[in-house]
Amino acid sequence: MLNKTAHLSPSKQLAMNYFRVAIVLFGAQLLMGLIAGLQFLYPSFLYGIFDFNVARMIHINALVVWMLYAMIGSVYLMLPDETGIEHPVAIGLGKLAFWVLTLAVTVVVLVFIFIQVGPGKESSIWFINEGREYLEAPRWADIGIVVVVLIFYANVFFTYMKGKKTGIMTVLVADLMALAGLYLAGMFFTDNISMDQYWWWWVIHLWVEATWEVFVGALAAYGLIRVINAKREVVEMWLWIEVLMLFGSGILGLGHHYFWIGTPEYWWEIGALFSALEPVPLVAMFVHVLYDWGKEQGQTQAQGGRTAIKNGPAMAWISVNAFGNFLGAGVWGFFHTLPQVNIYTHGSQFTAAHGHLAFFGAYATILIGMMYLGIQDSYGVKRMKATFNSKMAIFLITFGVLGMTVALTIAGYEQVLVERAELGAGWQAFFTAQNLPWYIQAQTWREIMGVVTFIGFVYLLIDLLTIGKKEAAQA
Amino acid sequence: MAEKKPSVWTSIRFWRRSAAWVTGFATILLIWLTFDTMGQIRMGTDEELAKGIKRRIPAPTVINYKIGYKYDEKRGLEAPVIGPEKQPLFGKELSPKEARALLHLGKLTVQAKNCMDCHTLLGNGAYYAPDLTKAWLDPMWEKTMPAMTGKKTKEEAMVAFLMHPERYPTHARMMPNLGITEQEAKGIVAFLKHMSSIDTNGFPRGFSKTIKEYETGGTYAK
Repeated sequence: MLNKTAHLSPSKQLAMNYFRVAIVLFGAQLLMGLIAGLQFLYPSFLYGIFDFNVARMIHINALVVWMLYAMIGSVYLMLPDETGIEHPVAIGLGKLAFWVLTLAVTVVVLVFIFIQVGPGKESSIWFINEGREYLEAPRWADIGIVVVVLIFYANVFFTYMKGKKTGIMTVLVADLMALAGLYLAGMFFTDNISMDQYWWWWVIHLWVEATWEVFVGALAAYGLIRVINAKREVVEMWLWIEVLMLFGSGILGLGHHYFWIGTPEYWWEIGALFSALEPVPLVAMFVHVLYDWGKEQGQTQAQGGRTAIKNGPAMAWISVNAFGNFLGAGVWGFFHTLPQVNIYTHGSQFTAAHGHLAFFGAYATILIGMMYLGIQDSYGVKRMKATFNSKMAIFLITFGVLGMTVALTIAGYEQVLVERAELGAGWQAFFTAQNLPWYIQAQTWREIMGVVTFIGFVYLLIDLLTIGKKEAAQA
Repeated sequence: MAEKKPSVWTSIRFWRRSAAWVTGFATILLIWLTFDTMGQIRMGTDEELAKGIKRRIPAPTVINYKIGYKYDEKRGLEAPVIGPEKQPLFGKELSPKEARALLHLGKLTVQAKNCMDCHTLLGNGAYYAPDLTKAWLDPMWEKTMPAMTGKKTKEEAMVAFLMHPERYPTHARMMPNLGITEQEAKGIVAFLKHMSSIDTNGFPRGFSKTIKEYETGGTYAK
């Protein structure tokens, strides 16, 4: 993953820079998760020094930021292939934006770690911590992010306008505009907590359940063309069908966050109906990947070839993405999306279970796949095969996250039945549920599975750093 | 046979247009609903409160009133009951301006101290500590916490606890000292009391049962 990028186009070089930072932040996310998970079991661990709120804040922010880095990286990776232009129009500015963003992220993380919280003043919101889950980055950083994203977007947009206009790029250009614009909805302060959360969900939901999903659809389309030589006409038609279904269900599916925050009751019906449809496109995406894979494999064999796959690890991660997206976002989301269920499960470990499998299945997987494609380009490997490390990485990470999800789901059941249904959700009810032996057992398994995930990450890191060189030497 | 037109179901143009139409329609519907919701979730005014006009999010001066949480037979869910009797916070009735200022300080503090990465507010946040949606009404503040902190009223007990949570542990998992000042703590109490008056369509369900059990000498009475 290092040093071998000199021959790459400037756009792809920049992509590799984004991937490098992304993988470091991924590691940070996992470490913070391990600390926070341990605090569930040993509450005195780092108490008063590095409290749960700090670990958890960095856990989820590192998650969002590494994904955004990997997403930007993926776009710079595919830009030359899709548009036929190797020098995006403002690549110099793009490089500068990368360093500015990385510097800003470093400062924000250092402030989170060492200053943590501020006094109840506007200045805290501006310079320390905005205190809104996922959007904790202080306001100065928000503005910085907007500027950097505008530069990135300008690069993509004008390169698109100048070059080939493929279906994948058309979807991407439209989707990125919505994605960037939505961030603005999270940049204001109000005393009204309901208003606050109304717009907060515009960012969070319309990112992860609409624009990010479409983004993943575009990445999968690009990935399939590259990895198994899928036919562009087929892939792009699927992509438009996915856009239709994802936006058709996801945009109004936003209503499932408006059941209990002070918003009117009609959101029950709207949220229930449209969010119940959200798994449909995820099934379609899964079918689509398997269908194309089978088709291309069959054709390759008919022509006497052995395998259609030109990048083993990338294909493996794209496949895990197809199924993980459906299972984590689709099935685990549907579990608790109806208001009749959600009135009990809202804000419980159920949500945490869904969050873990969905972010992993829908996003982490395919972004890791994109990193492998980047390495393939960097080392000019024609056919990249999975190494022992690639296999260990994908197995341990997937097994670990699935294990955490099952453990958290069991914890969620315990919590919902005892704290919510039986005792009525007060302070004591909360702790009665948290102290149940079966709940503690579930949290213990969560931590063990977290360690498994982390070991998998170490394999992944080693693999990303070595696979290119190894395979280039063999070729 | 060569004349046969390909099916519309395999036409990229058809799906591209459909995607654009569906997305556009969903977006317009969302924007329209947002306008309606904005009207319904704006903060009420002091006059509305005084006249007993129900708002989903009452005015900041709701902190001058007694707040309850009762099962509403007609709606089939629990809803806040505001007033009509007064119960001023810290024994002093606040003007609309003072109440707004205190709530503002409270909301700022709740964000600056990052409450949401341990607790949930209206059910959103982290799951390490209790949900705060109806914290103001929690029976723990009636006798247990005032006795522990040596204070007479629940709001004073809340302020004492928020300033030094490490001194009043109730469980092994303790809230850390976040350097909250007395004034900030009062702001947080105002914020919590205001939040408990929001009509959350019955979330958290069963919370009124907890209150009732306390009042009738059940599980939570000590």
